[in-house]
Amino acid sequence: MFKKFTKEDVHTKTNVKSSVQRNLKTKLVSQFPPLESVIDEIIPKKSSVELFKCEDKIQLYLIDNEVVFYQQFDDLIPSLKLVHKYPSAFPSVKVDRGAIKFVLSGANIMCPGLTSAGAELPEAPGLEKETIVAIYAEGKENALAVGQLIMSTEEIKSINKGIGIELFQHLGDGLWNFDE
Amino acid sequence: MSEVLQPKEVIYCGICSFPCEFCEFTPTFKKCKAWLQENDEDLFNKLYSDEALATATSSLTLEKAEKMEKELQKKQAKEEAKQERELQKKLQSKVILKRIERTKRKHAIAISGLEIFDIDMKKLAKTFASKFATGCSVTKGADKKDEIVVQGDVGDAIEEYIQGLLKEKGLDDIKVEQVEEKKKKKATAPVIAPQ
Ligand SMILES: [Zn+2]
Repeated sequence: MFKKFTKEDVHTKTNVKSSVQRNLKTKLVSQFPPLESVIDEIIPKKSSVELFKCEDKIQLYLIDNEVVFYQQFDDLIPSLKLVHKYPSAFPSVKVDRGAIKFVLSGANIMCPGLTSAGAELPEAPGLEKETIVAIYAEGKENALAVGQLIMSTEEIKSINKGIGIELFQHLGDGLWNFDE
Repeated sequence: MSEVLQPKEVIYCGICSFPCEFCEFTPTFKKCKAWLQENDEDLFNKLYSDEALATATSSLTLEKAEKMEKELQKKQAKEEAKQERELQKKLQSKVILKRIERTKRKHAIAISGLEIFDIDMKKLAKTFASKFATGCSVTKGADKKDEIVVQGDVGDAIEEYIQGLLKEKGLDDIKVEQVEEKKKKKATAPVIAPQ
C-alpha cells in the first residue's frame, strides 16, 4: 500500500473534530479490544488528531506528527509503530526467516512462508479471513509488517499455496519513512 | 475489561531506522552494527554474540543460510560502494547561477546543480518566486537536468539564499558559482580567410 508512498501523495490536511475523534476511539477498540485500556494514551483527550487524505483514498491519522493508524476502506489499520508499542493488542502470525527479505521488499506473503518449520500460525480455530494481522518473523521479537489475511489461517494451513496475506505496511516503506 | 497494556519500548536503529534486530537485512548493515555498538552495547551483544547468530539460522539448512548470507553481503557491498560514489559526487558538484541577458536591460538567472538538495524542483521554484517576487520556472537544461530560471537580475540574492540552504543541510562544502552566459554572436557571415 505504501511501497512508493511519499509526502507528495498527501492531498489535504485537516484537524479531526472531537466528535469524530470519539468515534475513532470507539472503532479502534471494537476492532482491537485489548486497546481499550490504553485508548486514552493512544489518543489523549486533549490531543489534536490530524487527518491526511492521500492518493488512492488512503487516509492517515496522525498525532504529534506520527502516523498512528490509517484506513483505505472501512477498517482502521494500526501503523507498525503502534504495533511495536502494544504488540499484544493485535492478532499475529509469524513467517520463517527465509521470508523476511521478501516481506521487507513489500511482497505479499505466500502460504508456505507461514506454514514451514520456522513459521507460526495460531492454532485452530485460528483467525478469520480479512483479519488485520501483525506479522512477526522467526527469531525476531518485533513485528516487521502489517497485513490482512486473504484466507483464514486454517485455509492457509490446508491449501498452503498462493498468497495468504496482503501486505499493507512493512519496515522501510514509504509510510515507515513518512514521519521523519 | 481487559488488563492494562504496558507500552513496549523498541530500540530503533539510528542508521536504518528499523528495530535493530532487522539491521542485518538492510544494505547499511555494517554501519548499523557500528552504531549499535556505540549506542547500546547490551543489545549489540545480545544480537551479535556467536550464540545469537547460531540460533538465528537454525531452521535453515546450512547451505541455504550460507547462500543467503552471501547474497546479502553482495548487496551490502554494492550499497556501500553506491553511497561512497554518491558522496564523492556530492562533494564535487556545485550549484551554478548563470546570468542570462534577455534584452539590453533585462536578465534572468538559470540555476543548475540543485539536485543536490534532493527536493522537489517545482516547490523550490515556487519558493524562489515568492521570495524574489518574480516569475520562476523549471526547465530542462542542456544536459537534460532540471534548471530553475528566475526572472530578474537577482543572482546575489539567490546565491545568499542557496548558501543558507546548503548550510542548513550540512552541505557547506558545495560551491555556488555565478557565471555570465556567453553571448551568442549575432548571426554574421563567417569570415573565411583568403588562402
Ligand atoms: Zn540499522
